[in-house]
Amino acid sequence: MRLIRKYLSSAWLALFGDPVRAFGVVSLILLVVLAIAPAKDHFSQWRGYQRQYLALIHDRGDAISLRRRFQPGIHQIWLPDLGVVDRCTTCHLALKEASLADVGQQPFRTHPAIPHSLDGFGCVICHGGQGTATTVVEAHHSKRDGEEPILPTRYIESGCGQCHQNALPGTPKLNLGRTMLRRYGCVHCHAITLPDGTKLVATDHPPSLAHIADKTTREWIYSWLKDPQAYAASTTMPDFKLSDADASDISAYLVSTSTPMAGDVAAAGVQPRSNPDATAGASLYGESFCSSCHAVQNAAGNLVGGDVGPELTRIGNKVKLEWLQAWLQNPRIYDATTPMPHFRFTPQQIAILSGFLQAKLDSDYASNVHLDQANASQIAHGRKLIAGLGCAACHEINGVQKPENFAPELSTIASKPLAQIVFLPGMEHTVPRYIVAKIRQPRAFGSSVKMPQFSLTASQTDALATALLALTNRSRSIPDNLRVAAIQETNYQPAGHAGKLMNELACFSCHSINGRGGEMAPDLSWEGSAVQRQWLMEFLKNPNTLRPSLIRRMPRFNLSEDDDKELTDYILTVYQSPSIDPELAPTAASSPEIVEHGRQLFYSKYACQSCHIVDTKTDKGYIGPTLTQVGSRLTAPWVYAWLRNPQTLRPGTTEPNQNLSDDDARALTAFLMSLKGPGGREAKQ
Amino acid sequence: MMKQSAACIAFRSAAWLAFLALSFLAGCRRTAPTASELKATAAGTALVESSGGHQVGATGTALNDPLIVQVNDDQGTAVPGALVEFHGPAGVNFDPAAMLTDSSGQATTAVTLGAIAGRYQLSAITPGKSRPVTLEIVETALGFQERLGSSLADKHCNRCHDPESSPERVSNYDNLEVKPHPLTDGNTLNKMSDADLTSIILHGGPALNRSALMPPYGNTLSAGDVRALIAYARAVSDPPYQPAGTVYARK
Repeated sequence: MRLIRKYLSSAWLALFGDPVRAFGVVSLILLVVLAIAPAKDHFSQWRGYQRQYLALIHDRGDAISLRRRFQPGIHQIWLPDLGVVDRCTTCHLALKEASLADVGQQPFRTHPAIPHSLDGFGCVICHGGQGTATTVVEAHHSKRDGEEPILPTRYIESGCGQCHQNALPGTPKLNLGRTMLRRYGCVHCHAITLPDGTKLVATDHPPSLAHIADKTTREWIYSWLKDPQAYAASTTMPDFKLSDADASDISAYLVSTSTPMAGDVAAAGVQPRSNPDATAGASLYGESFCSSCHAVQNAAGNLVGGDVGPELTRIGNKVKLEWLQAWLQNPRIYDATTPMPHFRFTPQQIAILSGFLQAKLDSDYASNVHLDQANASQIAHGRKLIAGLGCAACHEINGVQKPENFAPELSTIASKPLAQIVFLPGMEHTVPRYIVAKIRQPRAFGSSVKMPQFSLTASQTDALATALLALTNRSRSIPDNLRVAAIQETNYQPAGHAGKLMNELACFSCHSINGRGGEMAPDLSWEGSAVQRQWLMEFLKNPNTLRPSLIRRMPRFNLSEDDDKELTDYILTVYQSPSIDPELAPTAASSPEIVEHGRQLFYSKYACQSCHIVDTKTDKGYIGPTLTQVGSRLTAPWVYAWLRNPQTLRPGTTEPNQNLSDDDARALTAFLMSLKGPGGREAKQ
Repeated sequence: MMKQSAACIAFRSAAWLAFLALSFLAGCRRTAPTASELKATAAGTALVESSGGHQVGATGTALNDPLIVQVNDDQGTAVPGALVEFHGPAGVNFDPAAMLTDSSGQATTAVTLGAIAGRYQLSAITPGKSRPVTLEIVETALGFQERLGSSLADKHCNRCHDPESSPERVSNYDNLEVKPHPLTDGNTLNKMSDADLTSIILHGGPALNRSALMPPYGNTLSAGDVRALIAYARAVSDPPYQPAGTVYARK
């Protein structure tokens, strides 16, 4: 101790004993202290990267031009409107250098081609991270208050979704995620308000449970609640992980409060039970194109069919015969808003079809479920469970109110502060990780979590996370002129008796008219300008095949003569395109020379036969509709206008716009209008 | 972890040690190697690809199908219990990265490709009896532009250009007198320049003295769409497309 003190005092004397020496030493210390700031700057990380970049381009052939474009120092993209202050380009020096495309080393990679310029939008708007930071760690991995680490590449499409509310062709994952948010019923419980103020609306159709006892048994409800996927693998109903007793109590409540459907349903539907005739049933099922909307598992375990209606693999296990027959007779009595059309089956057809569907069952399914009669307290417990789990957020249930804002709102979930999130132990503390973990296994976050277990694949989870990560605070503050709104479905409703008919036939489940309806079948907004009256009458009575390669087709409804006429008149009068001028089109009677000229154009100049069939003997293309009788199907003004520019009449149609001259379009129209079908043409010749 | 990040902060003041700190940080993040924990009970002499190679996915995203490789012995029978390790360029993630083959001699891993678009050369390695055996596997990651091209190709091109039919889309390939080239046909497309491909898409087959069965898309697709389509064809072409590149005179 004494020794140390002795050394210290002698060092003090040696340095500061003499005033001149002390002055020298203090000056030296001052110099060193003054040198710290420039030294820190000189050895800063970004300078290191800029030196590396210069070394990288030094040996390249275009080094001179690359060096000319290089600017030393901190770079910054400043966009006050967007709140962007990005210094990323200080180190990411080659983002715009196309000639460095072969360099794989970060931070010197070229940015892949995207539709936006870096200078116009900056970097963090899509990638996240801290734009103002100038060190690697702070820019990419900072998790301090209000800061978010950089977004993993797999969710990068969420960046597009902040401005683009519409479906872009280049963002399949985002589009799928957005569809799923609505289709899997997420928005029944979680409210999502888009930046433009519109609310996301669910597109699924959870059935009302007010009359459930008419439809199915308590045993089926119990088995379904226990494991929905065991009944139908494709269902969007999640698994609530209910105990046996809880599932039993819920089923007891649902059955006990179910009210029978008003009078005529049961009476109208009851048919003598026929022997299930498998072949007649299968062919009626096929003829009615049930599989356009309903899927059935085939022997190999693959689902075959559409996903508009529920899967029918084990429908015989579920529905009661009387209900099924009443449903087939007229589904709109049980459920006024169902997407299923009123097929107008004859009693005999109903007997055949219901027998066929009832035979679709799995004899093992729910065979060992035996439920005892429930007592009042069990039923009351069932009601409590239903209210607690939020069943009524999706389904209409007697005696339980639809809860408002049942689950947290997700409108800005992507900007949720990390401090407000309870992470699982061992989990990386980022919002994307949290969202994925929550979707994958909600109940892992605690036994009191009400969110049920969805059965989603990894890519579906990624897609959902991408759609949710687009819901940022930034998406709400961007200028309005950058926002691209989603195409909103209109609430168009055709008027009068025809409108009622179109609702009954559920035209909007497949066809879109004036901005409302499905995408499975062609848009009919201008169908009245397109088709001829006689053909439409025939088609509605018996829809024959226009596109042989299509698997999903229009079913046949047993329309009465009056209804057919009514519907045809309505379509021909109301759905007229304002852009078609009958005066411009060639007249119906064309000279044989022009027709022949059109034929030449069809086969040689425009090679339309690659996609269309005109002569069934020689032509084979079947991308577009078959044109053998187009002359008796379409009107000349429509054909002419279509040839001039197909996309104006039906945006997004596959047929390319060939920029036909007026003469060519007229000749082709004349040729096409001369094709009157097998009968018509031969009679002419 | 705590200690090391504290260490990182301490180092930051000394700027010249930043790189050291970074390497420490990288050290914190790497997960423990599992290969050393696995005890191989057998060894094979050959490694073959069962499925999962030549897939096309998106950048930073898991491939649709798992990668499955099989370890065989001299007689070509499967060897269960052999160690297989998967390796790839930076950014590629295997889940799991090392494993023992199952009872049928197969090792299955889920592959997530890196953030950079292009072809990824992956390898599977098994120690073998005398020397390690390596199997090379190629997967392709599509970036934004190529994925846009892929969806445009699905809409406008593949009905004729793709000879394979799917349940949703019947191929028109067999119906055409002059057969179109699949977009993956590198032997033909690699010889054509971007300008040639652009003009055949914009103006149709006759632009290059080819069949009129190929219609013009100049009034249907935008210039960006056409660039995306070409980028997609280049990305998936087999054999791989080698751009001619710019040739500069040396100093």
